[in-house]
Amino acid sequence: MSEQRKIDERYYKLLEEIQALDFVLVELNLYLDTHKGDVQAVKQYNQFTEKRWKLVHEFESCYGPLMNFGHSFSGFPWQWTDTPWPWQV
Amino acid sequence: MWIYEKKLQYPVRVCKCDPKMAKFLLEQYGGADGELAAALRYLNQRYTIPNKVIGLLTDIGTEEFAHLEMIATMVYKLTKDASPEELEAAGLGAHFANHDSALFYSNAAGVPWTATYIQAKGDPIADLYEDIAAEEKARATYQWLIDMTDDPDLQDSLKFLREREVVHSQRFREAVEILKEERDRKKIF
Amino acid sequence: MHSQFKAWKTYVSPFDPCPPVFVKWYSTPPQLYLGFQPPDLPQFSPFEAFRRGVLWPVLYSPYEGRKAHNEMRDYE
Repeated sequence: MSEQRKIDERYYKLLEEIQALDFVLVELNLYLDTHKGDVQAVKQYNQFTEKRWKLVHEFESCYGPLMNFGHSFSGFPWQWTDTPWPWQV
Repeated sequence: MWIYEKKLQYPVRVCKCDPKMAKFLLEQYGGADGELAAALRYLNQRYTIPNKVIGLLTDIGTEEFAHLEMIATMVYKLTKDASPEELEAAGLGAHFANHDSALFYSNAAGVPWTATYIQAKGDPIADLYEDIAAEEKARATYQWLIDMTDDPDLQDSLKFLREREVVHSQRFREAVEILKEERDRKKIF
Repeated sequence: MHSQFKAWKTYVSPFDPCPPVFVKWYSTPPQLYLGFQPPDLPQFSPFEAFRRGVLWPVLYSPYEGRKAHNEMRDYE
């Protein structure tokens, strides 16, 4: 059984903000994989990691966990199985 | 270990129901230069590549799965609620007979995915050159797919994916430089 | 800055059945020229980077479709 979670404007807005931060992190991550000695890039990576955590926390408190296996908290009843899944929104 | 994140890497929107375009997009789903082939190629090569580039293969391979999910989302949305008649008119009749509107790992011509699309030579330069070639071929495929649709939302997501091929190719080229250069040797002498 | 597309003129035979395309284009994106990426290059803002699919302008490779090139061809 799964609940259809309430999706509003804010859901899409917050999600897009997280996607944008995560995108910068992917880019810096791949860059650092071939530039491990770039101090500035490591600093920027850590800054964005921190920003990401704050935004993800805000998103998850409204719309449920983004990750499974203990990487996000869940409300009751178990929220992970709620729609929407990424390809449905 | 991999952890799933309940979000796409980049939003996928489509303006209209278009099963014909969905069929073409399958090239990047289960085709020779598609996202599945890319992910499996890199994540398999990494076990025997020098330590310096294992991280890169792991991360790009992981990102490819996010791209696979985007392509799946496009196909799903473009065929969602299409009738059997519409699917047949779009050239997906044979697909429908076997899979209904379920996704399957085949290319645009309906040929199922095969491991012969990818290689692991155990020679780091040979493997990385294959990876660079794979990125350029996937970039070209995205160009032809962008040419084939007039849906601006779909084009937007496809342009994002094409640009990612450019960046991956750049990083693989750097990986080759890391393996061939003597920049680290100074520290040893 | 290198151009991201190159053109070449095709051979046109009087016996070609399709209306001839005189100029064909191919893509030569920035990773072919950049070499090992130098540190501290300018970046797009996070949102712009996300929209374009790349953090560094030096690696940005726009593709507007074949039609855009065919239109350009008419002005040459």
